[in-house]
Amino acid sequence: MTIRERLASLASGAPAALLALPARASGWGELNMPRGVTDISRKIYDLHMTIFWVCVVIGVVVFGVMIWSMVSFRKSRGAVADVTLVHNTKVEIVWTVIPVIILIAMAVPAARVLVEIEDTTRSALTIKVTGFQWGWQYDYLDDGVMYYSHLDRASNAARELLSGIDPTTVPHYLLNVDHPLVVPVDTKVRLLITGADVIHSWWLPDFGVKKDAIPGFINEAWFKVDADKPGLYRGQCAELCGRDHGFMPIVVDARPKAEFDAWLKSTAAEQKQAAPAQATAAPAAPAPASAAATMPGAG
Amino acid sequence: MTDAHAPDTGHYYVPHHSPYPILGSVALFTVMWGAVVYLNDWSGLWSLIPGAVLLALLFFLWFATVIGENQQGIYNLQVDRSFRMGMMWFIFSEVMFFAAFFGALFYARVLSVPWLGGHGVKIFTNYVLWPHFEGLWPSNGPGHVGGRADGTFNVMAPFGIPALNTLILLTSGLTVTIAHHALRGGRRAMLALFLALTFLLGFTFVGLQIHEYGEAYRTLGLRLSTGVYGSTFFMLTGFHGLHVTIGAIMLTVIWLRVIKGHFSPNRHFAFEAVSWYWHFVDVVWLFLFVFVYWL
Amino acid sequence: MPQQHATTAATHDEHDHKPHGWRRWVFATNHKDIGTMYLILSGTMFFVGGMFAEGIRAELFKPGLQFFDPQFFNTLTTLHGLIMIFGVIMPAFVGLANWMIPMQVGAPDMALPRLNNFSFWILPFAFTLLLSSLFVPGGAPAGGWTMYPPLILQTGASFPMLIFSVHLMGMSSILGAINVIVTIMNLRAPSMTLLRMPLFVWSWLITAYLLIAVMPVLAGAVTMLLTDHFFGTTFFTAAGGGDPVMFQHIFWFFGHPEVYIMILPAFGIISEIIPTFSRKPLFGYEAMVYAIASIAFLSFIVWAHHMFTVGMPLAAQLFFMLTTMLIAVPTGVKVFNWVATMWKGSLSFEPPMLFALAFVFLFTIGGFSGLMLAMVPADYQYQDTYFVVAHFHYVLVTGALFSIMAAIYYWLPKWTGHMYDLKLGTWHFWLSAIFVNVLFFPQHFLGLAGMPRRIPDYAVQFTDWNMVSSIGAFGFGLAQFLFLYLIIQCVRGGARTGNRAWEGAHGLEWELSSPPPFHSWTDPPGEALVARGAAH
Ligand code: HEA
Ligand code: HEA
Ligand code: CUA
Ligand SMILES: [Cu+2]
Repeated sequence: MTIRERLASLASGAPAALLALPARASGWGELNMPRGVTDISRKIYDLHMTIFWVCVVIGVVVFGVMIWSMVSFRKSRGAVADVTLVHNTKVEIVWTVIPVIILIAMAVPAARVLVEIEDTTRSALTIKVTGFQWGWQYDYLDDGVMYYSHLDRASNAARELLSGIDPTTVPHYLLNVDHPLVVPVDTKVRLLITGADVIHSWWLPDFGVKKDAIPGFINEAWFKVDADKPGLYRGQCAELCGRDHGFMPIVVDARPKAEFDAWLKSTAAEQKQAAPAQATAAPAAPAPASAAATMPGAG
Repeated sequence: MTDAHAPDTGHYYVPHHSPYPILGSVALFTVMWGAVVYLNDWSGLWSLIPGAVLLALLFFLWFATVIGENQQGIYNLQVDRSFRMGMMWFIFSEVMFFAAFFGALFYARVLSVPWLGGHGVKIFTNYVLWPHFEGLWPSNGPGHVGGRADGTFNVMAPFGIPALNTLILLTSGLTVTIAHHALRGGRRAMLALFLALTFLLGFTFVGLQIHEYGEAYRTLGLRLSTGVYGSTFFMLTGFHGLHVTIGAIMLTVIWLRVIKGHFSPNRHFAFEAVSWYWHFVDVVWLFLFVFVYWL
Repeated sequence: MPQQHATTAATHDEHDHKPHGWRRWVFATNHKDIGTMYLILSGTMFFVGGMFAEGIRAELFKPGLQFFDPQFFNTLTTLHGLIMIFGVIMPAFVGLANWMIPMQVGAPDMALPRLNNFSFWILPFAFTLLLSSLFVPGGAPAGGWTMYPPLILQTGASFPMLIFSVHLMGMSSILGAINVIVTIMNLRAPSMTLLRMPLFVWSWLITAYLLIAVMPVLAGAVTMLLTDHFFGTTFFTAAGGGDPVMFQHIFWFFGHPEVYIMILPAFGIISEIIPTFSRKPLFGYEAMVYAIASIAFLSFIVWAHHMFTVGMPLAAQLFFMLTTMLIAVPTGVKVFNWVATMWKGSLSFEPPMLFALAFVFLFTIGGFSGLMLAMVPADYQYQDTYFVVAHFHYVLVTGALFSIMAAIYYWLPKWTGHMYDLKLGTWHFWLSAIFVNVLFFPQHFLGLAGMPRRIPDYAVQFTDWNMVSSIGAFGFGLAQFLFLYLIIQCVRGGARTGNRAWEGAHGLEWELSSPPPFHSWTDPPGEALVARGAAH
């Protein structure tokens, strides 16, 4: 397509799209934060909703008074200004103190949840997560299992500039990977998150986890998926990390404990034999990008 | 202000129009474009020359004009006050510039290096990524970046030349103050003498710093690239040295003007501006001596 | 303060004879001419930055890559952010300061006229440097306006161009700010006491202080990037004992005050306009002044709320959450005072008032989302999503930008001596106000539903709201051509206005003729005038 054609398609697309929209339900419903499948994610959701409603209430009051004045104090309606009304210590104190109280009332629960989030102790499984340009490396430290996770083939083909492939035909477009992170449900899993080249951020909305992957440093995070909620959960890299920042999704495959243990054993075994082979065939070993050349001692 | 109550001499001067601002912008642009060309290896260092020349010329012309106007007595006390305030706020901005680098120094000393050494909250950083790194200051990091072939380096002994330099700068602060009193008291000879002493001390300081840098590079393995210690050390002392040089040059200019008989006991903004600047450079050095060399 | 008279040169005879032709602009020393140049630059950059934005919205109109390579998309985002902040909002505010402050405090001109022109002329060169980076090998910077290392260190030949253009912008801002402070502190009319100053002047006094305090810090931060890239320093490399996050701390120590630098003058403007069109003095003048001051103070101790996900110690996160939330209090005081000013007023709704009212509504919404972002656990979900994008466009576009439009609608008659086409202005308002919400409100949904920012392509469930947002963007962009047309039309001619263009307008600027004399107050206004001007 030439630029002109593309623009044309865009122009025609606009109204067409609007009409077609209700038909293909692709997102009108997506309005709010997911409640998620961990205790923490639900607590975060509740915080989010409380502060939201607090703001709504304050908004209604403030905007209410404003609209009232706009309606009833118009010059066109013959309103005369009361120029003496320029100061009132009482109300000024009130509308300073009330917000303070509201804010403290909001800060306390927030702090509580935060303290809980920051407590990574007593975890049953520790996985090292390394973000690189552009994918994720998962390393089960205690079990000698390690593998890389990239955007899956179908999405990767469709996302090429003018690929001609309709994204809506691709299952989980841009949210699918070749090798998801496999974890057990009902288990406190601790992540040790770091970056190989630039900063990335490991984000899984349904777990309420987002932590930056800082090169040379390790950040900790944890989650505990509800026992009754095994399944595939999807997220994306949440820190600009270069050209393909938009194309390094995160998929977590939460399995019942027994299934997970079986998977871990077999994979460990496979990787032991494959060890020599893998060394050579290591696909996207975190390649320190061109910057390494300019950054002494990096990589 | 010294002369706030002196009689006012008329009108707030609004210059008619001036070619210097646009010239200055062109000069700055040329300097920076030159730097871009050089840093990208599109050509050699000479690419910096045109801009530098232009800038020097600009400063000369601009200040010459202002000094000229001043000598004509166009400026009233209010204009004088504007200049003073302007200079003070400019110095404040310089303070904040150094603050950024001091911030980096403290962050490295108090947070990042200890973290990398497994102290504080980031135990795993050390345990998984940088085992056997103690994270003690001074440090060029777990990668032992830069330094000698074996990655080691030594820091500068505070109570050698650095201490001497401290003494030099403090003295220069004193001499410039004496010069100021001399100016107020109308003792021109003494003024000229102590002003000369001041910038001579200034240049001596710079000379000694250069010698120190040589030592650091040759024998101590302490270089700009010697990890975060080298980075903070040279950026802080380097920018300070640059400011001392500029200050000393300004003092020299002031001295020449004194010789030409400029400045009256109660109207000498330029002199005061430069001496404020000099004191600022002085104070920065004290912080440097304590936090970079000594502690 | 001694009496003062301005003279255009050493001698009197040249009174009110101004240089003509290109010299008048290039060699300018007159605060109005320089102010005009600032505003023109801002308008031009608004167009450029806006075109980048439209590019972003066009690419995001539907899933799949239609127009740009991802790297270039990141460039669009980066340049859009940098241009809009340093090229549109800040120059516009400095331009307004240049035009209004001398008139409002009773001064002949800015205190340091040559420096004033220098601060301006640095900018066109700064943006030439930045934009020319589009044409060098490796392409323009694509690391986001926040320039985080290590990513930004991967930039190609344009890297030093980015750094130096930021240096230039910094210099310009610092010199400009010095000029503002000195003008306010030293050139006020004798009877213009501090607590008689219009709030626009107050807000700029404090803004200028913020500028001088943080711009050098930004300069330091990018200088460290430069040496890390070219001279082997390791400020931001762990192997050398540095830390990439250190940059974020230094950057945001600048960056957060920066966002208030972009809103305090707006507060000042709104505090001028609402009383005028409520025909009633501002409610709680002193409270307003103290509120601005405390916002400025707090803005220095909240920076890390941009970094909640980098893994700071718990105590640090708690501290920054609390300080951040506190800012809602003084800001609230301002909002409440504006509302109280309207209460029992006699309101009319000319374009300046319309934009001011939209500001109060929409900025408050942006403030609310900001407050939500301040709740650390919730921010873990919001951070780096379109929820943040929605937040800062509500405070920046419907906040800062709308205040600038309000200011132009408010003072344009004073500047040109012509009243503009009020009907057209009202049209411009409604189109802008409606489309801007179509543009940015859905981005809240996108963010909450999980769409990250700074991505050129997205999962299909984000399609619908992105289309809506893009349509809003095209509409809002087009609406601005009305604004451009209206301004040109008004400069060209129109019904003459008296000194006091608006019935309820107070302040010294309205005591001067419209358009005002070349040298605003050659003789400082006396007690009577100042008292009449002081709206309280
Ligand atoms: C003009 C610019 C501006 C302004 C004024 C603000 C104002 C505020 N901002 Fe915003 N902010 C930005 C510009 C601005 N911001 C930008 C550009 C970014 C993104 C940078 C980037 O990453 O690119 C950002 C990002 C940002 C973040 C980081 C988000 C993230 O990346 O994860 C946070 C987090 O705390 C935040 C908080 C706030 C708060 C609490 C305010 C407060 O000042 C708001 C206070 C106002 C109100 C609360 C409304 C009025 C008050 C009342 C009616 C009183 C009663 C109310 C209550 C008691 C609730 N902002
Ligand atoms: C005040 C600053 C400001 C302003 C005004 C805007 C205005 C707009 N912004 Fe922007 N934006 C930012 C500051 C601003 N933005 C910042 C800081 C970022 C973050 C960057 C980063 O992540 O690094 C950002 C990021 C950002 C994103 C996210 C990009 C990404 O994450 O990948 C998007 C996406 O929709 C967007 C859209 C828009 C749109 C559609 C407008 C529209 O409002 C623009 C409409 C305007 C026009 C189309 C121009 C029309 C002008 C004329 C016709 C001339 C008129 C002339 C005169 C009046 C004289 N902006
Ligand atoms: Cu990895 Cu963004
Ligand atoms: Cu902020």
